[in-house]
Amino acid sequence: MVELSNEKMVDMFKTMLKIRHFELRVKELVLKGSIRGGVHLYLGEEAVATGVCACLKKDDYITSTHRGHGHCIAKGGDISRMMAEILGKETGYCKGKGGSMHIADIDIGILGANGIVGGGLPISVGAAFSCKKRKTHQVVVSFFGDGASNQGSFHESLNMASVWKLPVVYVCENNQYAVSTHVSKSTSVKDVSIRASSYGIEGRSVDGNDVLTVYNTAKELIDIARQGKGPSLLECKTYRWEGHYVGDPMAYRCKEDVDKQKSENDPIVRFEGYMVNQKIVPASEIEQIKKETIDLVDKAEKFAHESKVLPVEKVTEDIFA
Amino acid sequence: MAEKTFAEALREAIKEEFLRDENVVLFGEDVGIHGGAFGVTRGLWDEFGGKQLFDTPLSEVAIAGTAVGAAMTGLRPIAEMMYLDFITIAMDQVVNQAAKIRYMFGGKAKLPLVIRTPCGGGRGNAAQHSQSLEAWFVHVPGLKVVMPSTPYDAKGLLKTAIRDDNPVIFIEHKLLYGTIRQDIPSEEYLIPFGKGDIKREGKDVTLVATSLMVHKALKAADELLKHGINVEIIDPRTLFPLDKDIIINSVKKTGRLVVVHEAPVRAGIGAEIVAMVTGEAFEYLDSPPRRVGGLHCPIPYELELEKEVIPDEEDIINAVKSL
Ligand SMILES: Cc1ncc(C[n+]2csc(CCOP(=O)(O)OP(=O)(O)O)c2C)c(N)n1
Ligand SMILES: [Mg+2]
Repeated sequence: MVELSNEKMVDMFKTMLKIRHFELRVKELVLKGSIRGGVHLYLGEEAVATGVCACLKKDDYITSTHRGHGHCIAKGGDISRMMAEILGKETGYCKGKGGSMHIADIDIGILGANGIVGGGLPISVGAAFSCKKRKTHQVVVSFFGDGASNQGSFHESLNMASVWKLPVVYVCENNQYAVSTHVSKSTSVKDVSIRASSYGIEGRSVDGNDVLTVYNTAKELIDIARQGKGPSLLECKTYRWEGHYVGDPMAYRCKEDVDKQKSENDPIVRFEGYMVNQKIVPASEIEQIKKETIDLVDKAEKFAHESKVLPVEKVTEDIFA
Repeated sequence: MAEKTFAEALREAIKEEFLRDENVVLFGEDVGIHGGAFGVTRGLWDEFGGKQLFDTPLSEVAIAGTAVGAAMTGLRPIAEMMYLDFITIAMDQVVNQAAKIRYMFGGKAKLPLVIRTPCGGGRGNAAQHSQSLEAWFVHVPGLKVVMPSTPYDAKGLLKTAIRDDNPVIFIEHKLLYGTIRQDIPSEEYLIPFGKGDIKREGKDVTLVATSLMVHKALKAADELLKHGINVEIIDPRTLFPLDKDIIINSVKKTGRLVVVHEAPVRAGIGAEIVAMVTGEAFEYLDSPPRRVGGLHCPIPYELELEKEVIPDEEDIINAVKSL
């Protein structure tokens, strides 16, 4: 176990709350009809991005997914620019050209959310190869889902990262579902981490709703990668609270299962309980943190609403460098 | 006769073919209880699940390859790619395998497979979920390419595709699924490949339109009539094989040609059609043919930006007026 300072734990708690309230707001906006396109929420999975990204430095890289808001926030993304992007504004991360599924902030190592399931894994090989070649001691974390672990790109990437001994940690967010398909119906192994052995790398499965366990395990694997000792695969078991996208009728699973997860396995409630019990932070301060988080999200939304759409003449800019 | 949406018409075709031939199978991501991303197979699970309808893992290469292998060995698979964009991942199986196997083997194998997949923008799904890649497949010898615009056509063409002994790429525009309703006969019917359809008769300009653009062209034609221009709209329905005669005969009558598709203009199917007409009916043309299509730009997310990239009624009207 790594000793974590109280300050660091409070920071992680704030990050989780920021993701939670950002996503709740996005959901509200989708239901109001203010957001177009598909939006995939990270609700219920906050501990994964938070625990993993808390181990990263600012110049470390991540590759993200279609369910990427949480990764972006945890890596230090600006929620105002995120919200502006999701509302299609020119002040957004991608000037409104990308939307929810393509948020990227290269300056802080976010090599992009991705609309293609499994699209980020091979990119992480290249980023890690670059870190190694340039001898920068940077590390890459590639987030992907249980569904993505059935893509060829997953298998090719792990193999290549292994034979080239690259500084990359593969983080599988096993939220039990790929759209409607339960992992047990699509995946040949019980734990995705078992697949690490095929590529001669370390594989671990952890409770992805326990942020401290995620942190501790990720820290160990990221340190190994940073020391030049090669890649690894970390599977975080979690649960997707929402439908695949906002508006998914969810004929494939029962509401009781979802409600049970929400009431008994909320990563934020669990961490909050721990912190209060251990007297890391008084309950009154927690209320204050929650209020401040909602204020931040209010500000982000206001910024997004007040921003303009990119002038249409600029639509064909940015295709080539 | 009953009124059906595009998605319902496709579902009927699938169901009828399932019942006609137990070797017809359909598989893809979330096509089971979920009914597919656009609901085409919704409601079929109870009757056909696990027998003729199968959910796959998230694995496009394996999905396309499964169609190839199953087709070579006696089944008539329909593989669903959740979005046309994702077929890029399976291109080896589609282009190097499915399209060429029969030829490479000296005519020995049959590949009766269909890949059904939704195309197009207009839903704010951004650059990786909105493409119109039909021209890629038209360019590959060994593939047939179908792009229906109405529920009636969708049903008749899908049944033909399933019964065809060759690989067929069957492309469905997402905005067609729920929006357009049409009476569908209760008796069985098939629509042959290589036969276009005149969606509106006219005498002044030939407007060849594909998929969703047929509907934009119809609206544009109403407007143009107010300006005294009577447009004939031709829907080729299958891009390969292409019904040359229907297009050339129309141009012989009108002397003017505009082709419209959602895909970028550059190297789109419009280039092929214009080249075909100028090569074979040059002397009938009274003005240079025009092409209307998307800007040479990935599809952006935001509504106004997306509208700028995708051709609309106004673009069609302007092109026709400029002749
Ligand atoms: C190549 C590709 N195939 C299919 C899709 C459609 N799709 C988007 S997300 C998704 C499920 C992804 O499941 P998983 O990897 O477990 O991630 P989760 O959504 O659970 O976070 C699917 C099938 C896609 N975007 N890209
Ligand atoms: Mg999943």
